[in-house]
Amino acid sequence: MEALIKIENLTVGYDKQPVLKNVNLDICENDFIGVIGPNGGGKTTLLKAILGLLKPFKGTIEFRKDIDGNNRQIGYLPQVKHIDRKFPITVFDVVRSGSIMKNQFKGNVQIKLKIEKLLNEMGISNIRNKAIGELSGGQMQRVFLCRAILSDPKVLILDEPDTFVDNRFEGELYEKLRLLNNDMAIVLVSHDMGTISSYVKTIACVNGDLHYHPSSSISQEQLDGYKCPIQVISHGEIPHTVLKHHH
Amino acid sequence: MNGIIELWDTIVELFAYDFFKKAFFAAVFASISCGIIGGYIVSKRIVFISGGITHASFGGIGLAFLLGFNPLIGAVIFAVLSALGIQFFTKVAEIREDSSIAIWWSLGMALGIIFIFMTPGYTPNLMSYLFGNILTVTVSELWWMFILNVVIIAYFVFLFRKILYIAFDEEFARAAGLRVSLFNYLTMILIALTVVLNIRVVGIILILSLLTIPQATANLFTNDFKKLLILSTVFAFIGTTSGLFISYFLDIPSGAAIIFTLVIMFGVVRLSKYFFK
Repeated sequence: MEALIKIENLTVGYDKQPVLKNVNLDICENDFIGVIGPNGGGKTTLLKAILGLLKPFKGTIEFRKDIDGNNRQIGYLPQVKHIDRKFPITVFDVVRSGSIMKNQFKGNVQIKLKIEKLLNEMGISNIRNKAIGELSGGQMQRVFLCRAILSDPKVLILDEPDTFVDNRFEGELYEKLRLLNNDMAIVLVSHDMGTISSYVKTIACVNGDLHYHPSSSISQEQLDGYKCPIQVISHGEIPHTVLKHHH
Repeated sequence: MNGIIELWDTIVELFAYDFFKKAFFAAVFASISCGIIGGYIVSKRIVFISGGITHASFGGIGLAFLLGFNPLIGAVIFAVLSALGIQFFTKVAEIREDSSIAIWWSLGMALGIIFIFMTPGYTPNLMSYLFGNILTVTVSELWWMFILNVVIIAYFVFLFRKILYIAFDEEFARAAGLRVSLFNYLTMILIALTVVLNIRVVGIILILSLLTIPQATANLFTNDFKKLLILSTVFAFIGTTSGLFISYFLDIPSGAAIIFTLVIMFGVVRLSKYFFK
């Protein structure tokens, strides 16, 4: 099966300063990849490179033909701390911005119906006319998740959707993502290892570089293995560890 | 009651004067362009850039005095150049944005003063560029303001959603494949033109107020971008026209009267929201 997104020998960073070096990663249909790693290790950098926000210094990121082009079918939920909460915009318009550039909607009515449906599913249709500045952390994340999936993307990329949210919502969020995973591949950056390890199928540890090792599991000791430059652990039926410390 | 009728008569009589009719139209046009563009500037938090562009345009006015051409054309050139210059300094030369703004801001003012100093003779209109004089707006200036209004309204009506999404979350828009830089340059040029063509109304030093106070007032009533743009225009209109009348009746400079009215209006609305909520 051809990968949706194929990353080869990617070196990327800011201002000529590489953050990630020689990264290889395939994102295939129905993947659920949890990206973990220390601060400054390049988690967000990896996402931004995939989204085309950073140009690779070296290497390539290739998209399967049907998700490429002007209509690139990637949903994106940024870190909410980067959102200007005082911006005069309503919840409905934020979600609607997910239809930007997407041509699959036939007219405004169809977009509006889809937004209503998503808001209902997410249990936030009562706040549709509120300004985003009035929302709680959990509501914000729901709104931005709605925006990210409005256009039915093939790949959903989430940058720390579990910040500023309470435990109850975190559980709901991951259940929701598990359902969405039937229709789209998910790449999720998180600080909260404990929670994501029970939902994701694969874990990629990013710290300067990244290797891909399918079929393994995760334990607290391995999380301490952050010191190791890279580590990818996968989650199977029975928790088990395959990875050795490597350099 | 007689007093009100007399006041009404005086206002009607005022409209018989050619200069007053022109001033009134200038107020209407200024309200629309500043209401919309100001709403965008405030929402996107680029007030400081706009201040830099405005003040840099003074260099163009000085150059025009020196070489003897229309000061507004000089102002347009300097405003657009400084808008691009700020972007260039920030993106290419990697100078911190607020520092690049300050550099262009002061460079423009300095050049303006040098050029005017070099201009032989007395420059009588200088004050009207610095502080505005809505009562001396010419017909050709009114035409330019009208055209600018048409362009701004068309731009915001046809591209409303894209403008909103880019202003709100530039990174998301870029990830979606929108040509964000192109939009930002176009909007920056519109900001430059708005600033320059409204210099005659309130002046270089005071124009920031027309781009921010009506918006701050509107923001007390709505958090919807579209409604904010429309309400800002309404408040700008109320402020500029009342300022115009106040300036006439109290015989004080129009630019300052307009700003003063805008601030009082904001204060009254803010306080009444506080007390009657």
